[in-house]
Amino acid sequence: MKLKKIVVALMAAGTLTFSYAQAQQAGTSTLQKIKDTGTISLGHRESSIPFSYYADNQQVVGYSHEYAMQIVKAIEKELNKPQLEVKLTPITSQNRIPLIQNGTIDLECGSTTNNLERQQQVAFSNTIFVVSTRLLTRVDSGVKDFADLKGKTVATTAGTTSERILRAMNQDKKLGMNIISAKDHSEAFLMLETGRSVAFMMDDALLAGERAKAKDPSKFVIVGTPQSQEAYGCMLRKNDPAFKKLVDDTIAKLQTSGEGSKIYQKWFQKPIPPRNLNLNFPPSEELKALFKSPNDQAKG
Amino acid sequence: MSYQWNWGILLSAVSTGEPTTYLGWFMDGLKATVTLSLAAWIIALIAGSLFGILRTLPNKWLSGLGAVYVAVFRNIPLIVQFFIWYFVLPELVPPSLGAWFKGLPPLIQFFSSAVVCLGLFTGARICEQVRTGILALPPGQKNAALALGFTLPQTYRYVLLPNAYRIIVPPLTSEFLNIFKNSAVASTIGLLELSAQARQLSDYTAHTYESFIIVTACYALINAVVMLFMRWVERTSRLPGQIGGK
Amino acid sequence: MYQFNWSGITSSLPTLAQGMLITVQITAAAVIVGIIWGTILALLRLSPIKPLAWFAKCYVTIFRSIPLVMVLLWFFLLVPQLLKSLLDLPPDIDIRFVSAIIAFSLFEAAYYSEIIRAGIQSVPRGQVYAANALGMTYMQSMRLVVLPQAFRAMVPLLLTQGIVLFQDTALVYVIGLADFFRTATNIGERDGQLVEMVLFAGACYFVICLFASTLVRRFQKRYSR
Repeated sequence: MKLKKIVVALMAAGTLTFSYAQAQQAGTSTLQKIKDTGTISLGHRESSIPFSYYADNQQVVGYSHEYAMQIVKAIEKELNKPQLEVKLTPITSQNRIPLIQNGTIDLECGSTTNNLERQQQVAFSNTIFVVSTRLLTRVDSGVKDFADLKGKTVATTAGTTSERILRAMNQDKKLGMNIISAKDHSEAFLMLETGRSVAFMMDDALLAGERAKAKDPSKFVIVGTPQSQEAYGCMLRKNDPAFKKLVDDTIAKLQTSGEGSKIYQKWFQKPIPPRNLNLNFPPSEELKALFKSPNDQAKG
Repeated sequence: MSYQWNWGILLSAVSTGEPTTYLGWFMDGLKATVTLSLAAWIIALIAGSLFGILRTLPNKWLSGLGAVYVAVFRNIPLIVQFFIWYFVLPELVPPSLGAWFKGLPPLIQFFSSAVVCLGLFTGARICEQVRTGILALPPGQKNAALALGFTLPQTYRYVLLPNAYRIIVPPLTSEFLNIFKNSAVASTIGLLELSAQARQLSDYTAHTYESFIIVTACYALINAVVMLFMRWVERTSRLPGQIGGK
Repeated sequence: MYQFNWSGITSSLPTLAQGMLITVQITAAAVIVGIIWGTILALLRLSPIKPLAWFAKCYVTIFRSIPLVMVLLWFFLLVPQLLKSLLDLPPDIDIRFVSAIIAFSLFEAAYYSEIIRAGIQSVPRGQVYAANALGMTYMQSMRLVVLPQAFRAMVPLLLTQGIVLFQDTALVYVIGLADFFRTATNIGERDGQLVEMVLFAGACYFVICLFASTLVRRFQKRYSR
């Protein structure tokens, strides 16, 4: 009886909220909202090195963050509002989609994979980066590929494509792995560094970022056959063609003008904050191809 | 934004290929919450009684030990204690012991850290109640027992504790309810209990509201069941001759 | 043995201080709103009007049967939309901060109202009769006679609940708000010094809470005479 009451009350609260949200958003595009409030809300990651993370004093930096700031500039120009206020909200793999949907953030440029499943709920901009999912392990661990993980403990980040692939692989190939789903990349790396797991499965560029962070980076190595190609895009609300076009055009212009390669070098081939580490991560063929012909296609 | 309610999603197979449904994940979470809470409750009762008795002993050092236990475990937030047991302690013990612990299957690591942490945290609260219960008894009871030739341990075993525990059943009830609620904090070290399943379900199904509602309702249900159970305990353990007694 | 490296703490003190400010702000807001709203709930619960008493009872029961972690997650989910449509807050406000403050205030009110209700009920009934006999209305007798006495008896309990609340604010970890503890773990994970940062955070909470509870006990001793 009490239970039923609670459920009814919660559902009522939920429905009420949605009707408010609908009334609020009907006919209001993101650009209009930004214009009216003079503010744009960006979602960012707290530890996706080198895409979006805290340098020092909680200041957000990174490869994807530069794209986001370029998009903000383009919006300022479009709306003729030179001093937009930028509100930064840290997000996790698990809450980023609800936060886009409920309007807490307008745009998220971090390390979010554009896939068909997510396209049901949100829209993606032109691709800003291409990665493949691989493994980070200790040099002396003896792990060379995914088959070596049989019966071992593997860390990954909750809510990512790697988590899904790893769990499915465990099931299909009967590997009997123990999978730890950490709350973010730096916690997953902590699992590897402290010896709780033998490997960390994630997008290769992020693995390079985590390795650079280690007390002794030379002890870690990226191995394994790429399990999937992932296209990172900026995430925005669905059904907002004007905003999407502005974002897409900005990204395309950066990539074809050569500016994109400069941003790449800055974050992947030069020392980066907070501790001046160099990822030494050369651009992949896929990324070079993308910069020649920008697009917003999800990878398989 | 428009939201499509779909409760049926809970009955569909999980997208990772494991032979279960989303409802199965939810049940796993429920099982973890209940086992964690009950196991921690046993530790809490033992630790709480032990230190509670220590606090009432005439020996200054022993009662001081009890006081330190309570001060430490009550003045550090529970989430910090979880981090200390899971992340910090294995690094501080001798390396071979730490490596052994960290080599255990992750579920066992999460679970043992969580049980010990939650048990000792709740134990500090129970300790205070046991002490209050013993001190609330008329001093004549202890003196009479000693005069009858009981040793001090016997006095506790046969006279003081049976009376004290009956007095503290109502505050114990609220601690028993709290242990279920506090078990949700274990999600922060990675244990997939009920509240962590709410987030995993909403992530995999994209149906946040259904996931949160079913989990929240489940906590309310646990609460109701525990309350009924403890009311029964209270009724059967009442002392004859007291106001609430038969 | 583990090689401690405490050097990171000095350089991150300013960031940690910002986190502590968030912690203190949430605690202060929740204590104030919690006591006010808790008093109202307690009065509703004791009021002779059945629907009001029923509402207060439901409210308290619901909040007391759900873990704080779930409450925080719920409010983080619901608050952005409710706020935008109901309050029209300036858009530059951090939504996690607002939703944490609202969640804590509403959640703690349920606990405060139980303390306050017990305090009110501990006032001898004769006082209410006497106030009635003097021609006071219900509100007047509560405000002028019952509540002042009840609060005096409750102060230590309310303060202790405040200390518990101060510790509970560390749970904003689950919504990613950088309070004191979350700031400490963020820095610790980034610099590979999680062990040191967690121990340091634990020590800070311990010192603050022990100091505060000692003060409360002194206060209690002085006024219980």
